[in-house]
Amino acid sequence: MSDIAIAPPKTAGHGLKRAIERFPFLPALLILVVLLVLNGLYQPRSVSLVGITGLVKTYLALMLLAVAQTYVVYAGDIDLSAGAIVSLVNVSIITAMDALGGGTSAVLLGLGLGLLVGLACGIVNGIVVAALRLQAIVATFATSIFFTGLALYVLPVAGTPAPTAFWRTYGGRILDIPFVMYAAVLLAVLLLVLARTQLTTRLLAVGDDQQAAYQSGLPVTRIRITGYALAGLFAALAAFCITGDTASGDPLVGGKMTLNSVAAVVLGGTALAGGFGTVTGSVIGALIIGLIGSLVFFVGTPSEWQNLVQGVAILVALMVGILVSRGARR
Amino acid sequence: MSAVEGTRKDAGFSPMAALKAPLMVALLLIVLLLALGEYLSPGFASAQQILRLLIVAALMGIVAAGQNLVILGGREGIDLSVGGVVSLAAIIAGNLMSGQDSGILLAVLGCLAAGALIGLINGIGVTLLRIPPLVMTLGMLGVLQGLLVVIRNGIPSGRAAPGLSGFVTQPLFLGLPGIIWLWIAIGLLMAFLLRRTILGYRIYAIGSNEQAAFMAGMPVKTTRILLFVLSGMFAAIAGICLLGYTGSSFANVGEQYMLPSIIAVVFGGTPLSGGKGGYTGTMAGAILLTVLQGILTTVNIDESGRQMVFGATLLLLMLFYGRGQALRT
Repeated sequence: MSDIAIAPPKTAGHGLKRAIERFPFLPALLILVVLLVLNGLYQPRSVSLVGITGLVKTYLALMLLAVAQTYVVYAGDIDLSAGAIVSLVNVSIITAMDALGGGTSAVLLGLGLGLLVGLACGIVNGIVVAALRLQAIVATFATSIFFTGLALYVLPVAGTPAPTAFWRTYGGRILDIPFVMYAAVLLAVLLLVLARTQLTTRLLAVGDDQQAAYQSGLPVTRIRITGYALAGLFAALAAFCITGDTASGDPLVGGKMTLNSVAAVVLGGTALAGGFGTVTGSVIGALIIGLIGSLVFFVGTPSEWQNLVQGVAILVALMVGILVSRGARR
Repeated sequence: MSAVEGTRKDAGFSPMAALKAPLMVALLLIVLLLALGEYLSPGFASAQQILRLLIVAALMGIVAAGQNLVILGGREGIDLSVGGVVSLAAIIAGNLMSGQDSGILLAVLGCLAAGALIGLINGIGVTLLRIPPLVMTLGMLGVLQGLLVVIRNGIPSGRAAPGLSGFVTQPLFLGLPGIIWLWIAIGLLMAFLLRRTILGYRIYAIGSNEQAAFMAGMPVKTTRILLFVLSGMFAAIAGICLLGYTGSSFANVGEQYMLPSIIAVVFGGTPLSGGKGGYTGTMAGAILLTVLQGILTTVNIDESGRQMVFGATLLLLMLFYGRGQALRT
């Protein structure tokens, strides 16, 4: 019958559909590969080890913040304070390390404090959004103003330098391999472990259908708070990378990153409505944003046009990603 | 309005319910804040100061009008690009009029066209391509920010015409400047649009149940595109007025309106889920936000303290408004 004739393309479509359902980041991965090739064509050195290391070094912070954002988006929420948490952690650890003398123990204590600050901010967000039931967009915008105020209180003006031990380690090499590569591998392992925990499944369940999750006995409020807390921790990690990269404290350093983290999550194929997505996609999304930036530079766009071209390219990538994944899922 | 609200009204007048109505809450808070401001810094609630606050509130209120429409239309409707449109309109207007009254008309037309075009693109992306509004307008914001850099490099920042500055800052009629009258006119227009026109009914219908509206034969997509176009145009009007207020445009001047315009809508009693609410409350919400910011700039505290108090107060105020339903089995 005619069914048989059209069977091969049908199964092909089915295979793609199933693949994207299992790996929602496939369209993003395709865009990433295309961008890598284009980058390589225009600037061969950009795809060398040095070039990739530089890319990772600059965009590790955005990758981590995109991961932070993903855990919140999983549950159908959003965190517009992510960038403000980065700023607050950045100035907190810089000030603490400075006050403790800047030695190795000071750095470690500072990092511990940074994690606590990030966690606390995340829990505040979670309580405000999940327990007090305020609307996530406006509530986390309000907390972002509060966190920025705190950051300005801790360090009113940008400038205090990070301890040498800290940024030398971040920018340096261990056994001839760049430190950021270890960090990236560590991140990959951490994400793999987290993806297999019950928490991820629960966050996705809440995001898919809050009412159903509640009726099947899941502690919805606690799960959403945990999502925000996890986001706070990853925002703190993002702040560590920013601090390693810029080697100084700046109370407004993270502000611009919030919207990019949301864009990275969407680029990665995660649904903003919640219930569907991967952190891998968000990491790829952050890299796409970075690669678009460097490609725009490498093709020789005049400097004043770079932001526009980059903006248009990101908008197009967002649209293509959404259209492709929806087309495949249908 | 929705059936739920109708039945609630039928149950008779209850003082408690009236007191909890968002508009009443906002008005009450505005009066309280003005009294607090007067107490903290005598002269805060003088007629002249209130007028100044109203001008600033009008700027935010006009942006919030478009935001309000997009949010009312539902389906996660939100317009993050308004901040970019305000900045863009301010710089386009400054250049088209370059300090000459004769250029005002051209500037207004040019800005409205630009705002409408941006809104049209947003609307098409959201409806025909079905990109979530947050993503579409976020991407558009990035494009507009890039566009601003290009424009800023090519041409001088431009100046407001004296006529425009006068319209925004000088008394025009009954001691009130033109922008206040403009805002009142927009308020009346919005009330008429939302309550007395077919478009208004459609907006509520689409916002509360898109599927049902579609089944009833309403042009869901056209209506939603129109909402984004109107949002772009309102933001453009605000940008022109902002130029008149500041005299000359400067980088990303409009960004300060992006998220606050959404908060003004929420404080006005329109939940982000759409389908209910209105613009009268949003106007009160814009005034409330402005008075709050006004108090914080009058009080002698550090920028850090100011931001912390502002953020905490916003959260506190949000507790009065549209908290989500508790989950029940």
